[in-house]
Amino acid sequence: MAEIWGEPAPRPLAGNGDDTYYLNMGPQHPSMHGVLRLLLHLRGEEILEAEPVIGYAHRAHEKMAENRNYLMFLPNSSRVDYLSGMIYNLAYCQAMERLLGIEVPERAEHIRVIVSELNRISSHLLWFGTFLLDLGGVTPFLYAFDDREEILTILERVTGSRLTYSYGRFGGVTQDVDALFVEQTLAFVARLRGRMPDYHALVSDNVIFRHRCEGVGLIDQATALRYGVTGPCLRACGVPYDLRRAEPYGIYSRFSFEIPTQPAGDIFARYLVRLAEMEQSCRIIEQAVAALPAGPIMPEKQKKRFKPEVGESYFAVESARGHFGIYIVSDGSELPLRLKLRTPSFANLSAVGAVLKGTMIADTVAILGSVDVVLPEVDR
Amino acid sequence: MTLHALWPHTALMTVLAGAVLMAYVAFNGMLLVWLERKVSARFQRRLGPTEVGWAGLLQSAADVIKLLAKQLITPRHVDRPLYHVAPVLVFVPVLAGISLFPFDRHLQLHDFNIGLVLLFALAGLGFLGIFMAGWGSNNKYALLGAMRAVAQNIAYEIPLILATLPVVLLARTMSLREVVEAQQQLWFVVQQPVAFAIYFIAAVAETNRAPFDIPEAESELVAGFHTEYSGMRFAFFFLAEYTNMTIVCMIAATLFLGGYIGPSWLPVPGWVWFFGKVYLLLLVMMWLRWTFPRLRFDQLMSFAWGVLIPLAIVNLLLTAVAIKVWR
Repeated sequence: MAEIWGEPAPRPLAGNGDDTYYLNMGPQHPSMHGVLRLLLHLRGEEILEAEPVIGYAHRAHEKMAENRNYLMFLPNSSRVDYLSGMIYNLAYCQAMERLLGIEVPERAEHIRVIVSELNRISSHLLWFGTFLLDLGGVTPFLYAFDDREEILTILERVTGSRLTYSYGRFGGVTQDVDALFVEQTLAFVARLRGRMPDYHALVSDNVIFRHRCEGVGLIDQATALRYGVTGPCLRACGVPYDLRRAEPYGIYSRFSFEIPTQPAGDIFARYLVRLAEMEQSCRIIEQAVAALPAGPIMPEKQKKRFKPEVGESYFAVESARGHFGIYIVSDGSELPLRLKLRTPSFANLSAVGAVLKGTMIADTVAILGSVDVVLPEVDR
Repeated sequence: MTLHALWPHTALMTVLAGAVLMAYVAFNGMLLVWLERKVSARFQRRLGPTEVGWAGLLQSAADVIKLLAKQLITPRHVDRPLYHVAPVLVFVPVLAGISLFPFDRHLQLHDFNIGLVLLFALAGLGFLGIFMAGWGSNNKYALLGAMRAVAQNIAYEIPLILATLPVVLLARTMSLREVVEAQQQLWFVVQQPVAFAIYFIAAVAETNRAPFDIPEAESELVAGFHTEYSGMRFAFFFLAEYTNMTIVCMIAATLFLGGYIGPSWLPVPGWVWFFGKVYLLLLVMMWLRWTFPRLRFDQLMSFAWGVLIPLAIVNLLLTAVAIKVWR
């Protein structure tokens, strides 16, 4: 497909039998989830070839990291993926704590787990809504946003922001939580559990929805592993790989939760995995709230300037979209020598490009929606 | 008795009635847009328009003023004659179609003895406008939308007409008023529930409404065939769509639900019954739209050719045999 980059796509001459054409879907398109551009080679509605073109939301986060000290990069971290910003923010803090050798107080660890899982649920709820919007169902979108609003309200009260949190600090968190936070969080968990049957009745059991999802957009295990697909998309291929269990970080090893998997690898499998994950996040939240100890939320001795030893550190967490890794190389100064972000959407999107061939335009939108890519995270 | 018989000034009355119908079409469009926004809002735990007028009733009027005031932009690469004619061609058959109905026993512009045929002929004409819009826009999304619209129209007009034929057999007429009069004792929906179901599903598809809104699927084709239209030109497509909805519901009310006939012991005029039934059906259409996701194109086609059409044919044959045997 590369030959069409240099010059415009050849216009088919009348009567030469070539009834194919090229269509640029995006970067401005209602269901390209931001600024993805899909270069489609079509015959009628059938896709002969598809190539995702990325880079429209490139903000040079990695280069910015090299030009500011470690603490100043904190706000950037949650802007990499604005839908699970809390997880990214805390991942950066945890990566720095490993590099600096800082111990995190127990209470802060528990709070981190609670807000991370709340953030994961909010991300999955937003995915649920926008995915159904891609399929043409508008009502579930507003239901999901209604629930998500609760999470944003809870997190806003504690962290001061609704989307791009800078809640973590090296060694703990900025604000302590109170009894009202605990109360609201548990109330939300109960509310979400009450809403799940509604979601299943409205969406999962809908015959049109099933027809659009089952057996469509198959990412088989081999393809998924070859492209480095992680997160719910990998677990929907039957691989029970979740960093919270595979390489436990923070205090995740203390909680009991399942890793939902589905064998099919189609759109419906990815849908079911995410819905099941919301329930598992609820379980983790309940356990963390029950075990929430009293105590400080930051280490007693707090440093103002951070100069890690010469060395490097790779730290990975399970974000709402999969394996998010931060690789930091320190030369002993206040600025990182190199900071590399491994974002899950990039790998997941690459796999999408491989499975689009032979599907139809409507499937393209459904498959892309089911994979849940966040374009600014792909481009960084 | 029609208006023609009641008044000597036939030509004048026709013009007047046409003006009244045009006013009704415009008013009905605004009302339905408001209703849709309110209904969808209630389905989605929202309030909908509340600011302009009581319960936002004047919101649509404000929107119309906005659309009227908008500059009409013609993109550079369009096929101008087709692009300009299309909105009109979509709208005119709709306007003509709505004038055929018996709104009450004595409230009908003219009762054609082939009213039903005329209605479907006019409905088929509207799709020509949609295809011209898609083709003339010189836009790939618009063309895809137009291609889908034509295929969908062909596929769904067949079950739509096949589902109305049993009613014609039962009533032994194609005049809309006589079909209604034939339902004095029993509405045809009781005798023909399958035909009614097929008709209604096909009607939703015929009007490009969700879950069959494939020609203008916004998450796939941006806006489908009317992607390149704005201002009043867009409003014509919009108005035609809502009036089309009204027409298919009016056909359903006339053929299956007894039109202007209600329980005779209730002192309610016939036109209230007629419009009550029509708007109830319109509410059902809105209910469907805000509940279901969209079908895929090939699924839509196989549903029409594989399920609806065979079912409609079997139903038609059974009805014909039953009439032959028992009548």
